[in-house]
Amino acid sequence: MARLIVLGGGVSGHTAATFAAKWLGSAHEVVVVTPNSKWNWIPSNIWVGVGQMTPEDVTFDLAPVYKKAGITYKQAKAVSIHPNGKEGSDKEFVTIEFTDVANAGKTEELEYDYLINATGPKLNFGATPGLGEGSNLGEHTVSVCTADHAHHASHELEKCIKKMKEGQRQKFLIGTGHGMCTCQGAAFEYIFNIEHELSKAGVRDLADIKWISNESFLGDFGVGGLHMKTMGYAVSSKIFAESLFTERGVDWIIGAHVNKVESGKVSYELLDGSMGEEEFDFSMLIPPFAGVGIKAIDKDGSDITDTIFAPNGFLKVDANYAAGAYENWKASDWPKTYQNPTYENIFACGIAFAPPHTISKPMSSPNGTAINPTPPRTGMPSGIMGKTVAHSICDRILKGKDAPLHEASMAEMGAACVASAGKGIFDGTAAAMTIYPVVPDFEKYPGTGRDTDYTFGEIGLAGHWIKHILHYLFLWKAKLKMGWTMIPE
Amino acid sequence: MAKAKEEEKNIKAYSQNFTTMTPGPFAKRMRTCVIWQFIRFVVINLKMIIVVGKSH
Repeated sequence: MARLIVLGGGVSGHTAATFAAKWLGSAHEVVVVTPNSKWNWIPSNIWVGVGQMTPEDVTFDLAPVYKKAGITYKQAKAVSIHPNGKEGSDKEFVTIEFTDVANAGKTEELEYDYLINATGPKLNFGATPGLGEGSNLGEHTVSVCTADHAHHASHELEKCIKKMKEGQRQKFLIGTGHGMCTCQGAAFEYIFNIEHELSKAGVRDLADIKWISNESFLGDFGVGGLHMKTMGYAVSSKIFAESLFTERGVDWIIGAHVNKVESGKVSYELLDGSMGEEEFDFSMLIPPFAGVGIKAIDKDGSDITDTIFAPNGFLKVDANYAAGAYENWKASDWPKTYQNPTYENIFACGIAFAPPHTISKPMSSPNGTAINPTPPRTGMPSGIMGKTVAHSICDRILKGKDAPLHEASMAEMGAACVASAGKGIFDGTAAAMTIYPVVPDFEKYPGTGRDTDYTFGEIGLAGHWIKHILHYLFLWKAKLKMGWTMIPE
Repeated sequence: MAKAKEEEKNIKAYSQNFTTMTPGPFAKRMRTCVIWQFIRFVVINLKMIIVVGKSH
Protein backbone atom coordinates (compact mmCIF):
# COMPACT_ATOMS: atom_id res chain seq x y z
CA MET A 1 0.00 0.00 0.00
CA ALA A 2 1.32 3.42 -0.98
CA ARG A 3 0.58 6.57 0.96
CA LEU A 4 0.06 9.97 -0.66
CA ILE A 5 0.06 12.97 1.66
CA VAL A 6 -1.50 16.21 0.46
CA LEU A 7 -0.53 19.29 2.46
CA GLY A 8 -3.38 21.79 2.15
CA GLY A 9 -7.08 21.46 1.46
CA GLY A 10 -7.82 24.48 -0.72
CA VAL A 11 -8.87 24.42 -4.36
CA SER A 12 -5.68 22.73 -5.58
CA GLY A 13 -5.08 20.35 -2.66
CA HIS A 14 -8.73 19.33 -2.38
CA THR A 15 -8.88 18.63 -6.14
CA ALA A 16 -5.67 16.59 -6.00
CA ALA A 17 -6.74 14.59 -2.93
CA THR A 18 -10.26 13.80 -4.07
CA PHE A 19 -9.22 12.68 -7.56
CA ALA A 20 -6.31 10.65 -6.15
CA ALA A 21 -8.65 8.91 -3.70
CA LYS A 22 -11.05 8.09 -6.53
CA TRP A 23 -8.34 6.78 -8.87
CA LEU A 24 -6.37 4.85 -6.24
CA GLY A 25 -9.34 3.25 -4.48
CA SER A 26 -9.01 1.61 -1.10
CA ALA A 27 -5.80 -0.26 -1.99
CA HIS A 28 -3.78 2.88 -1.23
CA GLU A 29 -4.07 5.70 1.29
CA VAL A 30 -4.59 9.41 0.68
CA VAL A 31 -4.02 11.71 3.66
CA VAL A 32 -4.94 15.40 3.72
CA VAL A 33 -3.21 17.64 6.24
CA THR A 34 -4.86 21.03 6.54
CA PRO A 35 -5.14 23.38 9.54
CA ASN A 36 -8.69 24.29 8.58
CA SER A 37 -11.82 22.39 9.54
CA LYS A 38 -13.79 23.94 6.68
CA TRP A 39 -13.41 24.26 2.93
CA ASN A 40 -13.94 27.78 1.61
CA TRP A 41 -15.09 28.76 -1.90
CA ILE A 42 -12.91 31.87 -1.82
CA PRO A 43 -14.27 33.60 -4.97
CA SER A 44 -17.58 34.16 -3.16
CA ASN A 45 -15.93 35.79 -0.13
CA ILE A 46 -16.42 39.18 -1.79
CA TRP A 47 -20.18 38.68 -1.46
CA VAL A 48 -19.72 37.85 2.23
CA GLY A 49 -17.72 41.08 2.49
CA VAL A 50 -20.70 43.17 1.39
CA GLY A 51 -23.25 41.23 3.45
CA GLN A 52 -24.84 39.45 0.49
CA MET A 53 -23.79 36.00 1.71
CA THR A 54 -22.88 34.52 5.09
CA PRO A 55 -19.69 32.59 5.94
CA GLU A 56 -21.87 29.45 6.08
CA ASP A 57 -22.89 30.01 2.45
CA VAL A 58 -19.28 29.78 1.25
CA THR A 59 -17.87 27.07 3.53
CA PHE A 60 -18.57 23.48 4.56
CA ASP A 61 -17.08 20.97 7.03
CA LEU A 62 -14.29 18.89 5.49
CA ALA A 63 -14.45 15.88 7.84
CA PRO A 64 -17.67 14.27 6.50
CA VAL A 65 -16.62 14.81 2.87
CA TYR A 66 -13.22 13.17 3.42
CA LYS A 67 -14.87 10.33 5.35
CA LYS A 68 -17.17 9.70 2.38
CA ALA A 69 -14.18 9.79 -0.02
CA GLY A 70 -12.11 7.41 2.11
CA ILE A 71 -9.47 10.09 2.72
CA THR A 72 -7.62 10.23 6.04
CA TYR A 73 -8.04 13.75 7.36
CA LYS A 74 -5.64 15.40 9.77
CA GLN A 75 -6.60 18.86 10.99
CA ALA A 76 -3.06 20.01 11.38
CA LYS A 77 -0.36 22.16 9.85
CA ALA A 78 2.82 20.79 8.29
CA VAL A 79 5.92 21.81 10.23
CA SER A 80 8.75 20.03 8.39
CA ILE A 81 9.48 17.71 5.51
CA HIS A 82 12.14 14.99 5.99
CA PRO A 83 12.75 13.74 2.43
CA ASN A 84 15.64 11.44 3.43
CA GLY A 85 14.09 10.05 6.60
CA LYS A 86 15.85 10.24 9.95
CA GLU A 87 18.59 8.46 11.83
CA GLY A 88 17.81 4.76 11.73
CA SER A 89 15.27 5.01 8.91
CA ASP A 90 15.41 5.98 5.25
CA LYS A 91 11.65 6.40 5.04
CA GLU A 92 10.61 9.95 4.15
CA PHE A 93 8.10 11.65 6.45
CA VAL A 94 6.49 14.96 7.38
CA THR A 95 6.03 16.33 10.87
CA ILE A 96 2.63 17.86 11.49
CA GLU A 97 1.18 19.83 14.40
CA PHE A 98 -2.52 19.48 15.13
CA THR A 99 -4.72 22.58 15.20
CA ASP A 100 -8.06 21.17 16.32
CA VAL A 101 -9.17 22.03 19.86
CA ALA A 102 -8.88 18.48 21.20
CA ASN A 103 -5.31 17.91 19.98
CA ALA A 104 -3.93 21.44 19.61
CA GLY A 105 -0.14 21.50 19.81
CA LYS A 106 0.34 17.73 19.56
CA THR A 107 2.72 16.59 16.83
CA GLU A 108 2.92 13.46 14.68
CA GLU A 109 5.35 12.03 12.14
CA LEU A 110 3.61 10.83 8.98
CA GLU A 111 5.54 8.65 6.53
CA TYR A 112 4.81 9.11 2.83
CA ASP A 113 5.55 7.59 -0.55
CA TYR A 114 4.41 10.68 -2.44
CA LEU A 115 3.90 14.22 -1.18
CA ILE A 116 1.96 17.13 -2.67
CA ASN A 117 2.54 20.58 -1.24
CA ALA A 118 -0.67 22.53 -1.85
CA THR A 119 -0.65 24.66 1.26
CA GLY A 120 -1.64 27.87 -0.48
CA PRO A 121 -0.09 31.08 0.80
CA LYS A 122 0.75 32.60 4.11
CA LEU A 123 -1.23 35.87 4.16
CA ASN A 124 1.78 38.03 4.87
CA PHE A 125 0.09 41.04 6.49
CA GLY A 126 3.25 41.60 8.53
CA ALA A 127 5.22 42.60 5.40
CA THR A 128 3.65 46.08 5.55
CA PRO A 129 3.97 47.95 8.86
CA GLY A 130 0.50 48.53 10.25
CA LEU A 131 -1.28 46.10 7.91
CA GLY A 132 -0.98 43.32 10.46
CA GLU A 133 1.37 41.06 12.38
CA GLY A 134 2.69 37.95 10.63
CA SER A 135 -0.31 36.27 9.05
CA ASN A 136 -2.79 38.13 11.25
CA LEU A 137 -4.86 41.02 9.95
CA GLY A 138 -4.27 44.34 11.73
CA GLU A 139 -6.82 46.71 13.21
CA HIS A 140 -6.75 49.49 10.61
CA THR A 141 -8.01 47.71 7.50
CA VAL A 142 -10.26 44.79 6.57
CA SER A 143 -9.71 41.78 4.34
CA VAL A 144 -11.74 39.37 2.20
CA CYS A 145 -9.08 36.64 2.10
CA THR A 146 -11.01 34.32 4.40
CA ALA A 147 -14.72 33.93 5.08
CA ASP A 148 -14.26 35.24 8.64
CA HIS A 149 -12.27 38.24 7.42
CA ALA A 150 -15.00 38.98 4.89
CA HIS A 151 -17.72 38.68 7.54
CA HIS A 152 -15.85 41.23 9.67
CA ALA A 153 -15.49 43.48 6.59
CA SER A 154 -19.25 43.42 6.00
CA HIS A 155 -19.86 44.67 9.57
CA GLU A 156 -17.40 47.52 9.10
CA LEU A 157 -19.07 48.39 5.79
CA GLU A 158 -22.44 48.39 7.52
CA LYS A 159 -21.12 50.95 10.04
CA CYS A 160 -19.98 53.21 7.18
CA ILE A 161 -23.36 52.95 5.46
CA LYS A 162 -25.04 53.90 8.74
CA LYS A 163 -22.83 56.98 9.04
CA MET A 164 -23.59 57.95 5.45
CA LYS A 165 -27.30 57.65 6.09
CA GLU A 166 -26.75 60.15 8.90
CA GLY A 167 -25.16 62.49 6.35
CA GLN A 168 -21.44 61.84 6.94
CA ARG A 169 -19.14 61.58 3.92
CA GLN A 170 -16.97 58.41 3.84
CA LYS A 171 -13.75 57.56 2.00
CA PHE A 172 -13.20 54.03 0.73
CA LEU A 173 -9.76 52.80 -0.26
CA ILE A 174 -9.52 49.32 -1.81
CA GLY A 175 -6.60 47.52 -3.44
CA THR A 176 -3.24 45.99 -2.61
CA GLY A 177 -1.31 46.54 0.61
CA HIS A 178 2.23 46.03 -0.71
CA GLY A 179 4.28 46.45 -3.87
CA MET A 180 4.55 42.68 -4.42
CA CYS A 181 0.92 41.60 -4.07
CA THR A 182 -1.13 39.37 -6.32
CA CYS A 183 -4.93 38.80 -6.39
CA GLN A 184 -5.81 42.23 -7.79
CA GLY A 185 -8.92 40.52 -9.17
CA ALA A 186 -10.38 40.00 -5.69
CA ALA A 187 -9.85 43.66 -4.81
CA PHE A 188 -11.32 44.63 -8.21
CA GLU A 189 -14.45 42.63 -7.45
CA TYR A 190 -14.73 44.01 -3.94
CA ILE A 191 -14.47 47.68 -4.91
CA PHE A 192 -17.26 47.36 -7.47
CA ASN A 193 -19.44 45.30 -5.15
CA ILE A 194 -19.07 48.03 -2.53
CA GLU A 195 -19.96 50.67 -5.12
CA HIS A 196 -23.01 48.61 -6.12
CA GLU A 197 -24.15 48.17 -2.50
CA LEU A 198 -23.70 51.88 -1.72
CA SER A 199 -25.82 52.74 -4.77
CA LYS A 200 -28.49 50.29 -3.64
CA ALA A 201 -28.45 51.83 -0.15
CA GLY A 202 -28.95 55.28 -1.69
CA VAL A 203 -25.74 56.73 -0.25
CA ARG A 204 -23.42 56.61 -3.26
CA ASP A 205 -23.28 60.42 -3.46
CA LEU A 206 -21.66 60.52 -0.03
CA ALA A 207 -18.86 58.08 -0.92
CA ASP A 208 -15.41 58.81 -2.34
CA ILE A 209 -14.14 55.47 -3.65
CA LYS A 210 -10.51 55.03 -4.63
CA TRP A 211 -8.42 52.13 -5.94
CA ILE A 212 -4.78 51.73 -4.97
CA SER A 213 -2.64 48.98 -6.48
CA ASN A 214 0.82 47.86 -7.45
CA GLU A 215 -0.15 47.40 -11.11
CA SER A 216 1.81 49.61 -13.50
CA PHE A 217 -1.42 50.10 -15.46
CA LEU A 218 -5.03 49.56 -14.59
CA GLY A 219 -6.14 46.12 -15.83
CA ASP A 220 -2.75 44.40 -15.42
CA PHE A 221 -4.34 41.87 -12.99
CA GLY A 222 -0.95 40.25 -12.41
CA VAL A 223 -0.91 38.72 -15.88
CA GLY A 224 0.62 41.70 -17.63
CA GLY A 225 -2.82 42.73 -18.88
CA LEU A 226 -4.56 41.08 -21.81
CA HIS A 227 -6.15 41.96 -25.11
CA MET A 228 -9.76 40.88 -25.22
CA LYS A 229 -11.67 40.31 -28.41
CA THR A 230 -14.79 42.44 -28.22
CA MET A 231 -16.88 44.39 -30.74
CA GLY A 232 -14.48 43.34 -33.47
CA TYR A 233 -11.47 44.85 -31.67
CA ALA A 234 -8.69 43.34 -29.57
CA VAL A 235 -9.17 45.75 -26.67
CA SER A 236 -6.52 46.15 -23.98
CA SER A 237 -7.66 45.36 -20.46
CA LYS A 238 -6.34 48.84 -19.59
CA ILE A 239 -9.11 50.43 -21.67
CA PHE A 240 -11.62 47.91 -20.31
CA ALA A 241 -10.70 48.63 -16.67
CA GLU A 242 -10.34 52.41 -17.05
CA SER A 243 -13.73 52.50 -18.72
CA LEU A 244 -15.40 50.67 -15.84
CA PHE A 245 -13.65 52.75 -13.18
CA THR A 246 -14.70 55.95 -14.94
CA GLU A 247 -18.27 54.80 -15.48
CA ARG A 248 -18.67 53.91 -11.80
CA GLY A 249 -16.96 57.08 -10.56
CA VAL A 250 -13.98 55.30 -8.97
CA ASP A 251 -10.65 57.13 -8.88
CA TRP A 252 -7.33 55.23 -8.95
CA ILE A 253 -3.71 55.26 -7.81
CA ILE A 254 -1.50 52.74 -9.60
CA GLY A 255 2.14 51.69 -9.41
CA ALA A 256 1.90 52.03 -5.64
CA HIS A 257 3.80 50.21 -2.93
CA VAL A 258 1.90 50.73 0.32
CA ASN A 259 4.67 50.99 2.90
CA LYS A 260 2.78 51.96 6.03
CA VAL A 261 -0.77 51.71 7.34
CA GLU A 262 -2.03 53.78 10.24
CA SER A 263 -5.46 54.49 11.63
CA GLY A 264 -7.33 56.11 8.73
CA LYS A 265 -4.24 56.65 6.57
CA VAL A 266 -1.85 54.78 4.27
CA SER A 267 1.55 55.93 3.07
CA TYR A 268 2.84 54.77 -0.28
CA GLU A 269 5.69 55.03 -2.78
CA LEU A 270 5.00 55.30 -6.49
CA LEU A 271 6.94 53.91 -9.45
CA ASP A 272 8.33 57.38 -10.16
CA GLY A 273 9.86 57.39 -6.67
CA SER A 274 7.49 59.98 -5.21
CA MET A 275 5.80 59.41 -1.86
CA GLY A 276 2.16 59.99 -1.01
CA GLU A 277 -0.50 59.55 1.63
CA GLU A 278 -4.15 58.69 1.35
CA GLU A 279 -6.79 58.94 4.06
CA PHE A 280 -9.67 56.53 4.43
CA ASP A 281 -12.63 55.65 6.60
CA PHE A 282 -12.85 52.10 5.24
CA SER A 283 -10.04 50.19 3.59
CA MET A 284 -9.56 46.66 2.26
CA LEU A 285 -5.99 45.97 1.23
CA ILE A 286 -4.88 42.56 -0.05
CA PRO A 287 -1.69 41.39 1.73
CA PRO A 288 1.33 39.98 -0.12
CA PHE A 289 1.67 36.19 -0.16
CA ALA A 290 4.58 34.05 1.04
CA GLY A 291 5.15 30.34 1.53
CA VAL A 292 3.73 28.98 4.79
CA GLY A 293 7.20 28.42 6.22
CA ILE A 294 7.59 24.64 6.18
CA LYS A 295 11.17 23.54 6.91
CA ALA A 296 13.03 20.76 5.14
CA ILE A 297 15.30 18.67 7.35
CA ASP A 298 17.96 16.20 6.26
CA LYS A 299 18.57 12.78 7.81
CA ASP A 300 21.26 14.17 10.11
CA GLY A 301 19.01 16.96 11.33
CA SER A 302 20.57 19.71 9.19
CA ASP A 303 18.35 22.33 7.56
CA ILE A 304 17.97 21.77 3.80
CA THR A 305 15.02 24.11 3.33
CA ASP A 306 16.80 26.00 0.53
CA THR A 307 17.15 22.73 -1.42
CA ILE A 308 13.41 22.26 -1.67
CA PHE A 309 12.01 25.75 -1.22
CA ALA A 310 12.72 29.06 -2.97
CA PRO A 311 13.64 32.03 -0.72
CA ASN A 312 10.00 33.20 -0.74
CA GLY A 313 8.95 29.90 0.86
CA PHE A 314 7.29 28.39 -2.22
CA LEU A 315 8.32 24.90 -3.34
CA LYS A 316 10.74 24.56 -6.26
CA VAL A 317 9.40 22.62 -9.21
CA ASP A 318 10.42 21.97 -12.83
CA ALA A 319 10.53 25.67 -13.72
CA ASN A 320 13.46 27.56 -15.19
CA TYR A 321 14.59 29.67 -12.23
CA ALA A 322 17.62 30.94 -14.13
CA ALA A 323 15.78 32.87 -16.84
CA GLY A 324 17.42 36.12 -15.76
CA ALA A 325 16.30 39.46 -17.18
CA TYR A 326 12.83 40.11 -18.56
CA GLU A 327 14.17 40.13 -22.14
CA ASN A 328 15.13 36.44 -21.72
CA TRP A 329 11.82 35.23 -20.36
CA LYS A 330 10.04 32.52 -22.30
CA ALA A 331 6.77 30.66 -21.93
CA SER A 332 8.83 27.49 -21.54
CA ASP A 333 10.23 28.84 -18.22
CA TRP A 334 6.94 27.82 -16.62
CA PRO A 335 6.66 24.39 -15.00
CA LYS A 336 4.81 21.54 -16.68
CA THR A 337 4.81 18.64 -14.21
CA TYR A 338 5.24 20.48 -10.85
CA GLN A 339 7.74 17.87 -9.69
CA ASN A 340 10.53 18.93 -7.34
CA PRO A 341 13.86 18.68 -9.19
CA THR A 342 15.68 17.12 -6.20
CA TYR A 343 13.08 14.71 -4.82
CA GLU A 344 10.98 13.06 -7.51
CA ASN A 345 8.22 12.00 -5.10
CA ILE A 346 7.52 15.61 -4.04
CA PHE A 347 5.21 17.86 -6.06
CA ALA A 348 3.61 21.27 -5.56
CA CYS A 349 0.49 22.86 -7.03
CA GLY A 350 -1.63 25.97 -6.73
CA ILE A 351 -0.09 28.98 -5.00
CA ALA A 352 2.43 26.71 -3.22
CA PHE A 353 4.71 26.19 -6.24
CA ALA A 354 7.49 28.70 -6.83
CA PRO A 355 6.93 30.52 -10.13
CA PRO A 356 10.03 31.13 -12.27
CA HIS A 357 9.36 34.87 -12.35
CA THR A 358 6.46 37.28 -12.53
CA ILE A 359 4.12 37.41 -15.53
CA SER A 360 3.83 41.21 -15.48
CA LYS A 361 6.90 43.13 -16.58
CA PRO A 362 9.10 43.68 -13.50
CA MET A 363 9.34 47.29 -12.37
CA SER A 364 10.91 49.24 -9.56
CA SER A 365 11.05 52.82 -8.38
CA PRO A 366 14.24 54.92 -8.65
CA ASN A 367 14.69 54.12 -4.94
CA GLY A 368 15.01 50.43 -5.83
CA THR A 369 11.62 49.38 -4.46
CA ALA A 370 10.14 46.54 -6.52
CA ILE A 371 6.56 47.44 -7.45
CA ASN A 372 4.85 44.88 -9.65
CA PRO A 373 2.19 42.22 -9.26
CA THR A 374 3.29 38.67 -8.53
CA PRO A 375 1.71 35.93 -10.64
CA PRO A 376 -1.77 34.64 -9.78
CA ARG A 377 -1.95 30.82 -9.42
CA THR A 378 -5.53 30.52 -8.21
CA GLY A 379 -8.90 29.42 -9.55
CA MET A 380 -9.10 27.29 -12.67
CA PRO A 381 -5.32 26.87 -13.23
CA SER A 382 -4.95 25.86 -9.59
CA GLY A 383 -7.57 23.13 -9.93
CA ILE A 384 -6.08 21.85 -13.21
CA MET A 385 -2.61 21.68 -11.63
CA GLY A 386 -3.99 19.71 -8.67
CA LYS A 387 -5.72 17.19 -10.93
CA THR A 388 -2.65 16.85 -13.17
CA VAL A 389 -0.29 16.20 -10.27
CA ALA A 390 -2.72 13.67 -8.78
CA HIS A 391 -2.90 11.95 -12.18
CA SER A 392 0.91 11.69 -12.41
CA ILE A 393 1.24 10.27 -8.89
CA CYS A 394 -1.61 7.78 -9.35
CA ASP A 395 0.00 6.55 -12.58
CA ARG A 396 3.33 6.05 -10.80
CA ILE A 397 1.66 4.18 -7.96
CA LEU A 398 -0.50 2.01 -10.21
CA LYS A 399 1.68 1.59 -13.32
CA GLY A 400 5.18 1.83 -11.93
CA LYS A 401 7.77 4.46 -11.05
CA ASP A 402 8.67 5.10 -14.68
CA ALA A 403 5.17 6.09 -15.76
CA PRO A 404 5.36 9.39 -17.66
CA LEU A 405 4.25 12.50 -15.81
CA HIS A 406 1.23 14.50 -16.96
CA GLU A 407 1.70 18.14 -17.91
CA ALA A 408 -0.25 21.34 -17.32
CA SER A 409 1.81 24.44 -17.99
CA MET A 410 0.22 27.82 -17.28
CA ALA A 411 1.77 28.89 -20.58
CA GLU A 412 -0.32 26.29 -22.40
CA MET A 413 -3.59 26.44 -20.48
CA GLY A 414 -6.32 29.04 -20.51
CA ALA A 415 -8.56 30.30 -17.74
CA ALA A 416 -12.14 31.39 -17.52
CA CYS A 417 -12.57 34.21 -15.03
CA VAL A 418 -15.72 35.92 -13.84
CA ALA A 419 -15.21 39.11 -11.82
CA SER A 420 -18.32 40.32 -10.04
CA ALA A 421 -19.13 44.02 -10.28
CA GLY A 422 -22.29 43.83 -8.17
CA LYS A 423 -24.71 41.14 -6.98
CA GLY A 424 -28.35 41.02 -8.06
CA ILE A 425 -30.40 38.57 -10.08
CA PHE A 426 -31.66 41.35 -12.41
CA ASP A 427 -29.36 44.30 -11.69
CA GLY A 428 -26.06 42.53 -10.98
CA THR A 429 -23.14 42.62 -13.39
CA ALA A 430 -19.84 40.82 -13.79
CA ALA A 431 -16.93 40.91 -16.19
CA ALA A 432 -16.79 37.49 -17.86
CA MET A 433 -13.37 36.82 -19.37
CA THR A 434 -11.36 34.04 -20.88
CA ILE A 435 -7.61 34.24 -21.29
CA TYR A 436 -5.57 31.85 -23.41
CA PRO A 437 -2.90 31.11 -22.39
CA VAL A 438 -2.59 32.46 -18.85
CA VAL A 439 1.13 33.14 -19.29
CA PRO A 440 1.69 35.04 -22.55
CA ASP A 441 3.70 33.26 -25.22
CA PHE A 442 5.23 35.96 -27.40
CA GLU A 443 6.94 33.41 -29.65
CA LYS A 444 3.66 31.73 -30.52
CA TYR A 445 1.50 34.87 -30.45
CA PRO A 446 3.76 37.83 -31.31
CA GLY A 447 2.21 41.12 -30.22
CA THR A 448 -0.37 40.40 -27.54
CA GLY A 449 1.18 37.10 -26.39
CA ARG A 450 -2.21 35.40 -26.43
CA ASP A 451 -4.62 33.84 -28.88
CA THR A 452 -7.22 36.55 -29.48
CA ASP A 453 -9.67 33.93 -30.79
CA TYR A 454 -9.89 32.54 -27.25
CA THR A 455 -9.26 35.67 -25.17
CA PHE A 456 -12.39 37.77 -24.78
CA GLY A 457 -14.29 39.74 -22.19
CA GLU A 458 -17.54 41.56 -21.64
CA ILE A 459 -19.49 42.96 -18.74
CA GLY A 460 -23.14 42.34 -18.06
CA LEU A 461 -25.86 40.50 -16.18
CA ALA A 462 -24.98 37.23 -17.96
CA GLY A 463 -21.58 37.30 -16.25
CA HIS A 464 -23.26 37.65 -12.88
CA TRP A 465 -25.54 34.69 -13.58
CA ILE A 466 -22.48 32.62 -14.51
CA LYS A 467 -20.61 33.65 -11.35
CA HIS A 468 -23.66 32.77 -9.23
CA ILE A 469 -24.11 29.40 -10.92
CA LEU A 470 -20.39 28.64 -10.53
CA HIS A 471 -20.72 29.31 -6.79
CA TYR A 472 -23.22 26.46 -6.42
CA LEU A 473 -21.55 24.26 -9.03
CA PHE A 474 -18.10 24.31 -7.37
CA LEU A 475 -19.52 23.81 -3.88
CA TRP A 476 -21.40 20.80 -5.30
CA LYS A 477 -18.20 19.49 -6.85
CA ALA A 478 -16.11 20.07 -3.71
CA LYS A 479 -18.69 18.21 -1.61
CA LEU A 480 -18.27 15.26 -4.00
CA LYS A 481 -21.96 15.12 -4.76
CA MET A 482 -23.39 13.13 -7.65
CA GLY A 483 -21.57 13.76 -10.94
CA TRP A 484 -18.77 15.83 -9.31
CA THR A 485 -16.12 14.44 -11.63
CA MET A 486 -18.07 15.73 -14.64
CA ILE A 487 -17.65 19.36 -13.51
CA PRO A 488 -14.40 20.75 -14.93
CA GLU A 489 -11.90 22.57 -12.75
CA MET B 1 -23.56 74.83 -16.77
CA ALA B 2 -25.17 72.30 -19.12
CA LYS B 3 -25.97 68.85 -17.74
CA ALA B 4 -23.39 66.20 -18.68
CA LYS B 5 -24.54 63.34 -20.89
CA GLU B 6 -24.57 59.85 -19.42
CA GLU B 7 -21.30 58.81 -21.09
CA GLU B 8 -19.40 61.88 -19.88
CA LYS B 9 -20.79 62.43 -16.40
CA ASN B 10 -17.74 61.06 -14.55
CA ILE B 11 -15.03 62.27 -16.94
CA LYS B 12 -12.91 65.12 -15.63
CA ALA B 13 -11.25 67.16 -18.39
CA TYR B 14 -7.57 66.24 -18.81
CA SER B 15 -7.55 64.08 -15.68
CA GLN B 16 -6.39 60.42 -15.75
CA ASN B 17 -9.79 59.20 -16.93
CA PHE B 18 -9.95 61.63 -19.89
CA THR B 19 -8.52 59.16 -22.40
CA THR B 20 -10.76 56.15 -21.86
CA MET B 21 -14.07 55.10 -23.43
CA THR B 22 -17.32 55.14 -21.46
CA PRO B 23 -20.65 53.52 -22.24
CA GLY B 24 -23.73 55.48 -23.20
CA PRO B 25 -27.30 54.80 -22.02
CA PHE B 26 -27.99 52.16 -24.70
CA ALA B 27 -24.87 50.12 -23.92
CA LYS B 28 -25.65 50.28 -20.19
CA ARG B 29 -29.28 49.23 -20.70
CA MET B 30 -28.18 46.25 -22.75
CA ARG B 31 -25.98 45.06 -19.88
CA THR B 32 -29.04 44.32 -17.77
CA CYS B 33 -31.57 43.62 -20.57
CA VAL B 34 -32.72 40.12 -19.61
CA ILE B 35 -33.45 38.92 -23.19
CA TRP B 36 -30.12 40.16 -24.59
CA GLN B 37 -28.22 38.91 -21.55
CA PHE B 38 -29.79 35.47 -21.88
CA ILE B 39 -28.39 35.30 -25.41
CA ARG B 40 -24.99 36.49 -24.12
CA PHE B 41 -25.21 33.90 -21.32
CA VAL B 42 -25.42 31.13 -23.92
CA VAL B 43 -22.64 32.65 -26.06
CA ILE B 44 -20.25 33.27 -23.13
CA ASN B 45 -20.82 29.75 -21.80
CA LEU B 46 -20.01 28.25 -25.19
CA LYS B 47 -16.82 30.33 -25.41
CA MET B 48 -15.80 29.33 -21.88
CA ILE B 49 -16.45 25.65 -22.54
CA ILE B 50 -14.13 25.83 -25.58
CA VAL B 51 -11.33 27.45 -23.50
CA VAL B 52 -11.86 25.01 -20.64
CA GLY B 53 -11.75 22.13 -23.14
CA LYS B 54 -8.47 23.40 -24.62
CA SER B 55 -6.95 23.63 -21.13
CA HIS B 56 -7.60 20.09 -19.89
